[in-house]
Amino acid sequence: MSDHAVSLPAIAGAGGLEAYGPSGPKPRHTFSRRNIFLYGTLIVVALYYLLPLYVMVVTSLKGMPEIRLGNIFSPPMEITFEPWVKAWSSACTGLNCDGLSRGFWNSVRITIPSVILSIALASVNGYALANWRFKGADTFFIILIVGAFIPYQVMIYPIVIILREVGLYGSLSGLVIVHSIFGMPILTLLFRNYFTSMPEELFRAARVDGAGFWGIYFRIMLPMSLPIFVVAIILQVTGIWNDFLFGVVYTRPDTYPMTVQLNNIVNSVQGVKEYNVNMAATILTGLVPLIVYFLSGKLFVRGIAAGAVKG
Amino acid sequence: MSKSERPSQLFRNLNAKIASIPMIFTALVIFVGGTVWTVFYSFTNSKLLPRLHFVGLDQYYRLWATPRWLISIENLLIYGVLSLVFSLVIGFLLAALLDQKIRFEDTFRTIFLYPFALSFIVTGLVWQWLLNPEFGIQGVVRSLGWTSFSFNPLYDSSIVIYGILIAALWQGTGLIMCLMLAGLRGIDEDIWKAARVDGIPTWKTYLFIIIPMMRPVFITTLVIVASNIVRVYDLVVAQTSGGPGIASEVPAKYVYDYMFFAQNLGQGFAASTMMLLSVIIVIVPWAYLEFGGKKRV
Repeated sequence: MSDHAVSLPAIAGAGGLEAYGPSGPKPRHTFSRRNIFLYGTLIVVALYYLLPLYVMVVTSLKGMPEIRLGNIFSPPMEITFEPWVKAWSSACTGLNCDGLSRGFWNSVRITIPSVILSIALASVNGYALANWRFKGADTFFIILIVGAFIPYQVMIYPIVIILREVGLYGSLSGLVIVHSIFGMPILTLLFRNYFTSMPEELFRAARVDGAGFWGIYFRIMLPMSLPIFVVAIILQVTGIWNDFLFGVVYTRPDTYPMTVQLNNIVNSVQGVKEYNVNMAATILTGLVPLIVYFLSGKLFVRGIAAGAVKG
Repeated sequence: MSKSERPSQLFRNLNAKIASIPMIFTALVIFVGGTVWTVFYSFTNSKLLPRLHFVGLDQYYRLWATPRWLISIENLLIYGVLSLVFSLVIGFLLAALLDQKIRFEDTFRTIFLYPFALSFIVTGLVWQWLLNPEFGIQGVVRSLGWTSFSFNPLYDSSIVIYGILIAALWQGTGLIMCLMLAGLRGIDEDIWKAARVDGIPTWKTYLFIIIPMMRPVFITTLVIVASNIVRVYDLVVAQTSGGPGIASEVPAKYVYDYMFFAQNLGQGFAASTMMLLSVIIVIVPWAYLEFGGKKRV
């Protein structure tokens, strides 16, 4: 195999064989059988992936009588924003009837400090691991990475005890700490790898000029690694916003994040189910990560490729 | 050696050590300490509060005699095997389609990947609505005239796990596609040219040359998918709440319910230890292949 690979450029160059490979110019026949099959399949699959989003939006804009009569795929005959208003401000969970807005603000108050704290800790940590290695540092790092594979269920109860001991169980700060802890493996890995790939001379020159640990971090490393910070922010915002397990374990009903409240609104309502309100609430909860996703484009892909290990 | 040397060793590189305190705390106290604590207490009969009254393997005997746990394991196995196979196959096929130098590649990729940005709660609730027997897909097909059509996974205990699988695949295949696409892009163009010269058909090139070359990508993906499977929780909570009855229960939900609702901590600890064990069974052979292999070479 490798023999072919080595000798090929010469042959390919002489014979103009690139034209047949997938690397060649765009196919000349736009409506060739291959293209119809290719684009046909892609479009059908794309429609399948878009269908739930479409149904969500359409359902949330219908009134309940129309939902009972019609089918879920038909566009609304009369567009109403009533379900959105109700989902946001007056949908009930148990005795509380102040809608998803409370969960939204809780999620904001959880996500922002969690993102800042977890990234601050992990970036300094990754920097220490990349440039200021001390004896034993790698051992802790390996434990950290292997620990990322331990199911959360194994560790939730010991953390409940620790948080209760320090008086943070049930509070938003407790949940912020939990998010910072579980974000650490992947973020540390991300930053360590990034800082390791930066030129060593830069670090040496700064050392010669007398800069210390924090000086180099704030004046050289931080300004030079903005892209990786953006990737980390995307990763953390979507991850923390979408979290359910930690929210339900470490907060109380009045501090529930949006996902937990959404689930309570939809799944524990007594009496008549209001599907349009449910779908409006579902979209509202999915909106923040969706906006992050559509705005960030390729950076999101980079983030998940790096963060996939986190699960 | 002398006493005066020790403090200087400890204080050397002090800032880096201070910066690493959160990592050291997480690694030792939470990951190692927490895990050891849970495994340790799984041998006690803790109920509402953890206490040190050892009962040996009693919790495990009880666990494996509980129908709900057995159903959870069965569901996890079915869901696990099928979602591994389907997400790898679909993910690879989509990646291969996108790798054909097509137009609007970014648009298609954006569409396939957007569900991954949504939480499992949102995913579960959307698919709960789509699979609603009265108004969802079944209702629509019936209203079109095919009145005997039956597709009601969420209220049929024998197929409910497939309803969850459909939602999970919708949410997760985009990620697999992205990983596979990165793998395909990493393959040297010359390999393709060589295959053309030898007259090997495209599908054969994929099957016998490209896929074996993408072994590391497949293994990474496999590990990611497998460790996510063991954790499946929110999706089930949102989509079925474990119902109908206990037909769609999963181990992670068993752990949560026994720890925080049934006030039977010992059972929760034993069940979570079993989850840990299943992850170890997946991870250790992988780590051995990945890191043990390099040493031999």
